[in-house]
Amino acid sequence: MSEAHGGYYVPHGTTWPIVGSIGLTTLLVGFANYLNGHGIGSIMMAIGLGITLLMMFGWFGVVIKESESGLYNEQVDKSFRWGMSWFIFSEVMFFAAFFGALYYARVLSVPWLGGIDVSTNEVLWNGWTAAWPTNGPGEIGGEFETVGAWGIPAINTLLLLSSGVTVTLAHWALKAGQRVSLVLWLLATVALGFTFLGLQMYEYSHAYHELNLTLGSGIYGSTFFMLTGFHGMHVTIGAIMLTIIMLRCIKGHFTADRHFAFEAVAWYWHFVDVVWLGLFIFVYIL
Amino acid sequence: MSTATTTHDAHHEEQRSGLMRWVFTTNHKDIGTLYLLFSLLMFMVGGAMAMIIRAELFEPGLQFVQPQFFNSMTTMHALIMIFGAVMPGFVGLANWLVPMMIGAPDMALPRMNNWSFWILPFAFAMLLSTLFMEGGAPAGGWTMYPPLVLQTGNAFPFLIFAVHLMGISSIMGAINIVVTIVNMRAPGMTLMKMPLFVWTWLITAYLLIAVMPVLAGAVTMLLTDRFFDTSFFNAAGGGDPVMFQHIFWFFGHPEVYIMILPAFGIVSQIIPTFARKPLFGYSSMVYATASIAFLSFIVWAHHMFTVGMPLTGELFFMYATMLIAVPTGVKVFNWVSTMWKGSMTFETPMLFAIGFVVLFTIGGFSGLMLAITPVDFQYHDTYFVVAHFHYVLVTGAVFSIMAAAYYWMPKWTGNMYDERLGKWHFWMSTVFVNVLFFPQHFLGLAGMPRRIPDYSTQFTEFNQISSIGGFAFGLTQLLFVYIVYKTIRGGVKATDRVWEGAEGLEWTLSSPPPYHSFTTAPEVR
Amino acid sequence: MWLTIVRRALTAISGGVAVLYGAAVSAEYGLNLPRGVTPISQDAYDLHMLVLWVCVAIAVVVFGAMFISIIYHRKSRGAKPAQFHESTLVEIVWTIVPFLILAGMAIPATKALVAMEDTTNSDLSIKVTGYQWKWGYDYIDDGVSFISSLSTPQDQIYNRQSKGDNYLLEVDNPLVVPVNKKVRLLITANDVIHAWWVPELGMKKDAIPGYINEMWINVQEEGVYRGQCAELCGKDHGFMPIVVVAKNEADFDAWMQAQKSAAGADALAADREWAQDELMARGENVYNTACAACHQVSGAGVPGAFPGLVGSPIATGPIEAHLDIVMNGKPGTAMAAFAGQLNDIDIAAVVTYERNAWGNDTGDLVQPSDVEAAR
Ligand code: HEA
Ligand code: HEA
Ligand code: CUA
Ligand SMILES: [Cu+2]
Repeated sequence: MSEAHGGYYVPHGTTWPIVGSIGLTTLLVGFANYLNGHGIGSIMMAIGLGITLLMMFGWFGVVIKESESGLYNEQVDKSFRWGMSWFIFSEVMFFAAFFGALYYARVLSVPWLGGIDVSTNEVLWNGWTAAWPTNGPGEIGGEFETVGAWGIPAINTLLLLSSGVTVTLAHWALKAGQRVSLVLWLLATVALGFTFLGLQMYEYSHAYHELNLTLGSGIYGSTFFMLTGFHGMHVTIGAIMLTIIMLRCIKGHFTADRHFAFEAVAWYWHFVDVVWLGLFIFVYIL
Repeated sequence: MSTATTTHDAHHEEQRSGLMRWVFTTNHKDIGTLYLLFSLLMFMVGGAMAMIIRAELFEPGLQFVQPQFFNSMTTMHALIMIFGAVMPGFVGLANWLVPMMIGAPDMALPRMNNWSFWILPFAFAMLLSTLFMEGGAPAGGWTMYPPLVLQTGNAFPFLIFAVHLMGISSIMGAINIVVTIVNMRAPGMTLMKMPLFVWTWLITAYLLIAVMPVLAGAVTMLLTDRFFDTSFFNAAGGGDPVMFQHIFWFFGHPEVYIMILPAFGIVSQIIPTFARKPLFGYSSMVYATASIAFLSFIVWAHHMFTVGMPLTGELFFMYATMLIAVPTGVKVFNWVSTMWKGSMTFETPMLFAIGFVVLFTIGGFSGLMLAITPVDFQYHDTYFVVAHFHYVLVTGAVFSIMAAAYYWMPKWTGNMYDERLGKWHFWMSTVFVNVLFFPQHFLGLAGMPRRIPDYSTQFTEFNQISSIGGFAFGLTQLLFVYIVYKTIRGGVKATDRVWEGAEGLEWTLSSPPPYHSFTTAPEVR
Repeated sequence: MWLTIVRRALTAISGGVAVLYGAAVSAEYGLNLPRGVTPISQDAYDLHMLVLWVCVAIAVVVFGAMFISIIYHRKSRGAKPAQFHESTLVEIVWTIVPFLILAGMAIPATKALVAMEDTTNSDLSIKVTGYQWKWGYDYIDDGVSFISSLSTPQDQIYNRQSKGDNYLLEVDNPLVVPVNKKVRLLITANDVIHAWWVPELGMKKDAIPGYINEMWINVQEEGVYRGQCAELCGKDHGFMPIVVVAKNEADFDAWMQAQKSAAGADALAADREWAQDELMARGENVYNTACAACHQVSGAGVPGAFPGLVGSPIATGPIEAHLDIVMNGKPGTAMAAFAGQLNDIDIAAVVTYERNAWGNDTGDLVQPSDVEAAR
């Protein structure tokens, strides 16, 4: 809306946040109605999602336009970097809550129920012994099997780790001004990401249909699906963002020394990668 | 921090008028004003609920409301006061003051700043709408412990999503503040020259970013336990209801310091001004704040001494909690030393700041008593706890916000507030707040549990005193609303410096300050 | 010990305050923690007073300095501001001194805590179960168990009758314990979290569904001690008191014998056929203590919160479905599973009552044997 004269760019007014608030609220109110069993819920959710997506396109669109027209000086760039880093930190803490739950269940609550806490076990759950994986002394959800670490999960680990490499190669290419290999490496990253998701989906379906491992399989099912599920959601978001970055690269955006958006998405991707490593170790292997 | 802090400016001050100016604004002062007014509104709403609580508790027996609704009032009162009044109040102050104090043109991420605020009205509309739903508003306490909270009616998912929205808003607000402070300081404004308000907010923002996502995780688990068959908090599935409490308080304890660290900052600005003497022990204040923040992550289970933790856990959390008294004590001693041999005057902000020091310390002492595990077995979940946290929250956090409002209102509006009315407001608040909350110590010690709509007859007298204090304190706050209104409308013009002893960049700007605070970065010696 | 000396010194400093306060703490006013009748409660009381006085003393020093400054160092008295603003030495001093004071409190606190958490070598174990909104007691070794719920009439609560002496602190069946015996309580809950607390016995513990928490009491004086549920557990959290009667050994044994024979009588009675008016009379009692808090004495329920039973599909439909919801509850709602709380006679009686009261004249009779079959 207003031009910069070489200083810190301060926009004058913005319409997108309020659109975002309306979108998010519609989405969540819709979801709440849906959960309460009211028919209009799903329609509201669709509308809310639509508005939220519109907001994201609009908002990012404005920022991209401003960025491409050189309104942002180095200090603005730095603000974005700090902002993104702290955002990723907040995401780390979100996952920490669920890893904490996993830790608590494995190290504390399950052993307590299973006999470390003698009276709890004797009086309330007599005869039940602790084990992991478990669906608890009430055997909630019925007998189930777990997904082995060394099948699809191991392959997925390789996929994600390689995608971490390819995105770095893309970054090097960008810095070296090699636009073609930049796009190709990004394409490889995106492809790896979506392959990961495909395999993950296959694994879920396998778990639900053949292993009887579901969200309802006691504390194991809860932690397994919530951790891998939220991770999968983040991979999806990351992969979509990478796709957009790729499209922008094709359009000729970014220069060798100014490409904050690219780096932000790359950071995010690495974050998703690291979370997966944690998952692979604590959920699948141990 | 780079040297090019100069801002661009449009040739024409492009200000929309009417409502749309406030909806679309990216200006830190506008957004600060929105936050502060929203906070005041929520204080009224949450306070009105407290009045219902106090009315029902005026006498034993059920007079005005049914028990379920009473519990809803307690729950909503707390959620609204914490997430709607105190936190937005502090964010509003940060918005107004941080850029002016560090010599920046605006907040670092102005659009996101707008969004941080504009999520809040929607979140609270959602929360308040639950009052009209089948099954009533949430009534499981602000701590939302399962399994009880899972019995909430249709309001349940709305509660969860409202909390999610508040979390998103706080995280964005906090990120913005951190980024502004690390990246937007004027040349020469080194970290150890920053005003303490900026310091305390930097540390608070870090706490927010670290713990709000954890709360989001905790309530998400509640949602899936209720609707998607998970067993996080169900023993039969291998989970544990107490696990929720651990996750919640990992958020909840830092949260209470989120509500007091900015208050420490405010008081550390005000006392030196009116003592006309530099703050005593600036660097120890910074280190003490950082220590409190660090310790706040390892004391959470002092809210859970009665859940049956292993002995070693109880001991650890008792010792860690007691330790917090040390850095907090350093702060109190530094404030007193700042006053010592000063040349004090007692305008309303100073009165509130002194009231804060005394009454917060009393709240801190009762906190220390609660930290002693073997006695907390007696105190826990009684009105002793209620008295403790209202001393630190009302005469702590809320008093500091009032002090800040009086201190900076002349700067914000360009008009002096009515000093005579301000003094009345202070004295009436201070007297009545003690009538309101001091007897609650006795009630708790004598055995009255919290969160009950009715009590046995031996508690009658102190409850009546407390209720009378409550009504009087509540009415007194209407005076505050009037004072604010009057100051915005007009009054004696304020000078740029406003207070004789005031130091800091914000006082070098005109009163009221220009739309963009520092269009050229000031030089800090 | 130096602690005692410190304590004496503190008491001396604040002598004036102490006199005033001492008058105020007298039990009638109910201003202070009770000293209680167990070793635990007395430890807690002593610690409480110690920490309180330490805090008072620090307050006197800190606020004293502050008010001196406020009085003498004010501009209107012509005070000129000094310019000192730093001293590493004093910072260190006021870091270390409070630390030492805290350490002084931590030592006795640790000792007390260790003693409190030691539940070994008990003479008697009682399982305590929290229900919405009553307590269940189960003398594990004697096979005696019963439910204890509020006995204050609704009319007192709704101010239609004047309030009794033990308003809200009275129950139908109190917990009875022997004096001078270490009684171990195994505390758990059936639905949501509750907490078992009697101030004069000195401790509270949360009752957590699916887990057992242990605590012990050793009551040293015969008497009646009253407390309340101390964890928010829903609408009637304020209405689930705890009453403990401590008896000497002989009285306790006699009481236990009486309980056992009553239980035996019930067990015999469960085998016979019951008549309608017998079931209705017993059912009304059970209904009023177990069900009326939600479904109301009139059976009308509370619209939007608790379903009415008058003419309801459950109370007038198939008996099996009715028995099922009473015995197994309805998950996700406040409707509890009563199978574990009530015996066969009580369930048979209350179901019969609900099917025949308030104009629900189904004429159905449910016998204890039907309930046993449904278990
Ligand atoms: C602004 C908010 C705030 C602040 C600052 C504090 C500060 C403290 N709180 Fe408080 N607290 C709450 C808000 C706050 N609290 C709330 C909301 C709850 C209830 C939540 C719920 O259940 O709903 C609660 C509950 C609570 C409990 C749980 C009680 C229970 O449920 O059983 C405990 C237990 O340890 C506790 C301890 C403390 C301590 C030790 C401090 C310390 O930080 C205090 C330190 C300060 C001082 C000690 C005074 C100054 C120091 C000196 C002058 C130095 C010398 C002093 C000594 C050496 C003694 N608090
Ligand atoms: C920052 C937080 C904050 C603030 C500011 C307050 C402010 C007040 N609180 Fe609150 N309170 C909490 C946080 C806070 N509280 C929390 C966390 C809980 C625990 C909840 C739980 O257990 O889950 C709680 C619980 C709580 C209880 C215990 C309820 C229970 O256990 O059942 C009580 C009871 O007296 C109470 C009273 C008050 C009063 C009288 C005020 C007053 O200071 C309010 C004064 C303000 C006004 C009154 C508004 C202005 C005036 C008007 C709107 C005009 C109308 C006025 C009249 C008609 C007189 N609060
Ligand atoms: Cu049971 Cu509160
Ligand atoms: Cu705390």
